[in-house]
Amino acid sequence: MTKPINYVIALAILGVLATLSVILPVYMDDLVYRVLMLSGIAVIMAVSLNLINGFTGQFSIGHAGFQAVGAYAGAALTVYGHNDLFGHLPKNGQIGTGWMSLAVGAGPMLASMLAGGLVAAVIGYIVGLPSLRLRGDYLAIVTLGFGEIIRVIVENNDSVGGPRGFSGNLDLGVSVPAITNFFWVFGVAIVVILFARNLRFSISGLQYLAVREDEVAAQAVGIDTTRTKVNAFVIGSFFAGVGGALFAHYEQTILISSFNFVRSFDFVTIVVLGGLGSVTGSIISALVLTALPEILRYSLGAQFNQYRLVSYALLLIVMMLVRPQGIFGRGELSFAKLRNKFKKPATQ
Amino acid sequence: MDQFLQILINGIQLGSVYVLIALGYTMVYGVLRLINFAHSDVFMVGSFVGFYACGWLKVSAQKTVFAGLVQLLPILFIAMAACVLLGLVIERFAYRPLRRAPRLTALITAIGVSLFIEGAAQLPFVFGVNPKFYPEILPSGPASTIQAGGITISKHQLVMVIVSAILVAVLWYIVQRTKMGKAMRAVSHDFDAAGLMGIPTDNVIAFTFSIGAALAAAGGVLFGGLTFKSLLPLMGVQMGLKAFVAAVVGGIGSIPGAMLGGLLMGISESFIKGAPHIKLGVIDFDPSRWTDAAAFLILILVLLIRPAGLLGKNTPEKV
Repeated sequence: MTKPINYVIALAILGVLATLSVILPVYMDDLVYRVLMLSGIAVIMAVSLNLINGFTGQFSIGHAGFQAVGAYAGAALTVYGHNDLFGHLPKNGQIGTGWMSLAVGAGPMLASMLAGGLVAAVIGYIVGLPSLRLRGDYLAIVTLGFGEIIRVIVENNDSVGGPRGFSGNLDLGVSVPAITNFFWVFGVAIVVILFARNLRFSISGLQYLAVREDEVAAQAVGIDTTRTKVNAFVIGSFFAGVGGALFAHYEQTILISSFNFVRSFDFVTIVVLGGLGSVTGSIISALVLTALPEILRYSLGAQFNQYRLVSYALLLIVMMLVRPQGIFGRGELSFAKLRNKFKKPATQ
Repeated sequence: MDQFLQILINGIQLGSVYVLIALGYTMVYGVLRLINFAHSDVFMVGSFVGFYACGWLKVSAQKTVFAGLVQLLPILFIAMAACVLLGLVIERFAYRPLRRAPRLTALITAIGVSLFIEGAAQLPFVFGVNPKFYPEILPSGPASTIQAGGITISKHQLVMVIVSAILVAVLWYIVQRTKMGKAMRAVSHDFDAAGLMGIPTDNVIAFTFSIGAALAAAGGVLFGGLTFKSLLPLMGVQMGLKAFVAAVVGGIGSIPGAMLGGLLMGISESFIKGAPHIKLGVIDFDPSRWTDAAAFLILILVLLIRPAGLLGKNTPEKV
């Protein structure tokens, strides 16, 4: 039984998100707003990858591939479904800002997130089933290869722009609409975070943790390990697809090369640095690692960008050698714990 | 028929490079149970070192294949030596401290090393992002081809396949006939027991890494120098992935498996590239554009049907 106060809190959060969504694009610096949005999407991607790599102890290194699937599926829906479903959107996709834009964009955004997530989930099932039956490291290779397959499929498919990128369809005269806003990005981020947090205390979440800790023992107590792993993989892929749909409708032009393995490794770095299995760790490291390159680029100039890959890789290696559990390990940063820490000396 | 043989020969040529890389993956997996992601970048570094060695040794166009071979051998040697060094450094500083760590930790480190090499190679003062091309080491042109019936075999292809075959034979000799090889097989069979029997496991692993790196470097030089593909810092990713798929298809940990898998991978790729363009009404299907995806479809199929690979042994997991 949910307490009525929770509904009030939820409504208040939605209200705050909607208000911010109207205010921020107008008053915030464009660059800062962009970094904020990209960090929000990175949080969604990192927490969903953490379900697979952190909670279940599997190792997927093709998360950007699922993001690509979601991005292309979601964008294809809003572009090709424009005439039949979303005729109320302007064809050039610019819905502007303000309260009206929130209402106008809500339907198509929800539909495209759902489409992107579901397609990514189905593909996650197809990819995950054979590889998750085997030892963990096969999944790494299969997911890496999966990213390549997605690239080849998109490059050979002219209806989504092929190698030129997808920004709409010229024949229909429809562009990918700019319906992603603060409300959706951070709304979804909150949903993913709450989902991950609650999962830890649910039966299926505990099964995930059991599989991570000891697969043989988990099997011995009657957990269907393959099914558990596939479950986690499908859920993670679903949210990656949702993140992809958000990304596509934010950027409005999606290039398949922006979902390459380097991007997948970015997400892996985020999750590993934050701590495999720590939701707050993923959130903080997603925010920091997305914002940091932008800040460094702003302050040090564009030539910093070429050192990004090297420095991330070095960070990853050093982290593994010195503190393999990540910054937060499996622990969570919580206000309740902090409060208790301060209280304790007083009670003793 | 001629076309069939021609495609087959091209496939064997490509396959011989895959074999050289796949052997490194499979041997390291055999002794450490670790997918050495950095292996593909060792291949890339080998190719680049060979390219620079061409400059140092002032390689020039030669008239005869023999003179070309005389030029090729020191380049191969320099690239192999450099990569052995690189392999040893990677093993010593990244993998050895994690010998007792969980496998996931080692895997993440391997990816980190791979990314580090790729990132470093792209820096302007290392290799840079502009494509590079080997000079002509062996003579090319119509004079260097052999016509047999309707088939054309270039001497490049012959040299590539023969050099690879010699290297594989040397490897087979080391693994099967020397004391070190025996130690390698023992470590691969049971890591802990081998240590208890007095086998210096650390040395054996370092040795395995250096052999793998040397083969990858040779593959890099042959690939860059004899197929005239452009050298790029990320060239190892695709090749390495396919070679790894080859190792898994053949049965990871099995040396004959890697050879079989590599050849199969090369030949199937060559056949997909050579397959005719299908155009039936609305169906417009050009198989040659799908070669990169095919390797992974093969991988998924093999994992479904025979998870241990074609020549691999399926060992039940023990508690």
